[in-house]
Amino acid sequence: MTDFLNAIVALSNFVLIPGAAYGAQLALGALGVTLIYGILRFSNFAHGDTMAFGTMATILVTWGLQSMGISFGPLPTALIALPVGIAITGLLLLGTDRAIYRFYRKQKAAPVVLVIVSIGVMFVMNGLVRFIIGVGDVNFADGARFVINARQFKEMTGLDEGLAIRSTTLITLVTAAVAVALLFWFLNKTRTGKSMRAFSDNEDLALLSGINPERVVAVTWLIVAALATTAGVLYGLDKSFKAFTYFQLLLPIFAAAIVGGLGNPLGAIAGGFVIAFSEVLITYAWKKVLEYLLPENLEPSSLVQLLSTDYKFAVSFAILIIVLLFKPTGLFKGQSV
Amino acid sequence: MTARGYLLYAGMALLIVLTGLVQGWNLALTILNMGLISAIMSLGVNLQWGFAGLFNVGVMGFVALGGLAAVLVSMPPVAEGWNAGGLRLLGALALGAAILIAAVQVWKRKIGGRMRTLVMLALLVGGFFLFRAALDPAVQAIEAINPSLSGYLGGLGLPILIAWPVGGLLAAGAAWIIGKAALGLRSDYLAIATLGIAEIVIAVLKNEDWLSRGVKNVIGLPRPVPYEVELQRDPGFAERAASFGLDPVTASTLWVKILYSGLFAVVLIVILLLAQRALASPWGRMMRAIRDNEVAANAMGKNVTARHLQVFILGSAVCGIAGAMMTTLDGQLTPGTYQPLRFTFLVWVMVIVGGSGNNYGAVLGGFLIWWLWVMVEPLGLWAMELITSGMSPDSWLRAHLTDSAAQMRLMTMGIILLAVLRFSPRGLMPER
Repeated sequence: MTDFLNAIVALSNFVLIPGAAYGAQLALGALGVTLIYGILRFSNFAHGDTMAFGTMATILVTWGLQSMGISFGPLPTALIALPVGIAITGLLLLGTDRAIYRFYRKQKAAPVVLVIVSIGVMFVMNGLVRFIIGVGDVNFADGARFVINARQFKEMTGLDEGLAIRSTTLITLVTAAVAVALLFWFLNKTRTGKSMRAFSDNEDLALLSGINPERVVAVTWLIVAALATTAGVLYGLDKSFKAFTYFQLLLPIFAAAIVGGLGNPLGAIAGGFVIAFSEVLITYAWKKVLEYLLPENLEPSSLVQLLSTDYKFAVSFAILIIVLLFKPTGLFKGQSV
Repeated sequence: MTARGYLLYAGMALLIVLTGLVQGWNLALTILNMGLISAIMSLGVNLQWGFAGLFNVGVMGFVALGGLAAVLVSMPPVAEGWNAGGLRLLGALALGAAILIAAVQVWKRKIGGRMRTLVMLALLVGGFFLFRAALDPAVQAIEAINPSLSGYLGGLGLPILIAWPVGGLLAAGAAWIIGKAALGLRSDYLAIATLGIAEIVIAVLKNEDWLSRGVKNVIGLPRPVPYEVELQRDPGFAERAASFGLDPVTASTLWVKILYSGLFAVVLIVILLLAQRALASPWGRMMRAIRDNEVAANAMGKNVTARHLQVFILGSAVCGIAGAMMTTLDGQLTPGTYQPLRFTFLVWVMVIVGGSGNNYGAVLGGFLIWWLWVMVEPLGLWAMELITSGMSPDSWLRAHLTDSAAQMRLMTMGIILLAVLRFSPRGLMPER
């Protein structure tokens, strides 16, 4: 029985809890991608760099607050800086839309042209982030590191396995839940949210019923700024900030959005968790858990790691391909072009 | 080519000559060589995007496969590695392939739905463990042999020029697999799928030490041209160098680069001529018809998916050839240096700026954007020094700005891409 509990604790410690946090971060990222796809109808390659920009803005504000001696008690200072970061990113995205995307929208350019334009925006944003904050690792998490650490847990329960809950994990889950609740309330209950959904479902009908497309687009960019910055800051708090890592997040985020069904917000959340858990489960070394569960003579001698952690992209990719082959519109029905 | 085209090419040649006069011929030839390779990559992407409207953002993966081919073809085989587990490893790979083929065959059978899924899943999951059980000991045995110097199987020990077509074949094989899965679905899906396959290729190159030593890099690849030291020892060469007024050391580096340029130029011209013929042929017209109106082409009885697969494989093969050439030029395979911004998206900037759908434009874009990519860094540093010249020498901002000047590259490329898309969306040399 203790063996079984130990196994569960080990599994939660190394797989379930980190997977849930990563899943929440991916889900927020994928929500941004899926909203842009639903309203503006293109795959935004600049999304990873939007996240990086938002995180960078938040980090700069955090440093400013820290130098003024302001802190958030046990919580990271970055949470106070987050709204400012979101505002800065929102301004940048609205500016980008006005200067760049609007031209192509007026022309009714093909979606793939917008995708190429977003590659240009990606270059500029990536350069901007590197230019301002550099290419190195930035660690900006402060406040308490653990809600409960492994030693305390062992003393509390008397088990051999420790369960550490990092404060960033808890913050990620709570913040993501709040953000998603706010988003769904906004999309389903407010007039503007309803007009956004109408616009996404049928642009012509929405225009006929007097919805102002420019307003819908502007609101979308603001929401995307909020989602991307939150996702980026949570990821950065959990791990660390590095411009290139954020660019690489593009693949799992797109995989999550497509697996869930592009253009479907609920699907993006589900997709985020599907991708995150598959990555963690397949790259986790199962030796420890199996040692607790199996009788002694069956215990594995190797690490029982299905794939090395460097192949986590391969996992997102494999799931993506499987979904594309068997359910091309995603788990939840998405839009198709 | 139009008069405008000749003018642009003359301008490009002038830029390279000016670089030679101002910054030295060594740099000019370095730019020219990578420009030739970039032009080939750009032709490959133009085949896919310009001819057929396929959105491939996995260029990096195909280029890296070409680089792998250079190692596998040209390095001498490591006999101890082969003795330790070479055959076992080949057996394991064959087993893995057999399992995949079996799974696909099961899936193709028209038997009851649930049964078929279960059998296939069992085959894949069981097969995976079987594959790992066969592969892992062989890999360990091979990687244990002299890991600091070799620890891999080596290659075939053939002349490295053979690696160029082989690189194309490897890339074509990867393209076939990815095309089978993602072509015929939505346009965005191919983009994401290619983005993924490129990352996977790099992950394999970085981690599978038995294949190409992973991040330990394979260095000292054989060369298709003589070494500088050999040339310097040759009295005849020194004499000829002296007749140009050059010392043997400078002359030998320049001569080696010129030889590379000659080889690359031959490949570029051959591929360019073939691509031009293809563009003008009935096949090329059919491709453009499919690109411009898929539904109509389909109604005319053209097999759109098959044609897409065909052109996708061709374009990727061209990128693979360019990748093998680049690794030959570098003389080493360093998986850590493959970055999507440099090898995928920069090639896209080349195609768009040059003029998608126009082969001459793609080639011009390859040269021009590569020249800019090299030049932006010194120009950026110079600009930053100019901007910061008024600031005090120990100011924080001045140090930050000059340090960050190297990051100007990406921003410049993005701004160029956006400007061309906005003001001249058909590129410098438009398609007709």
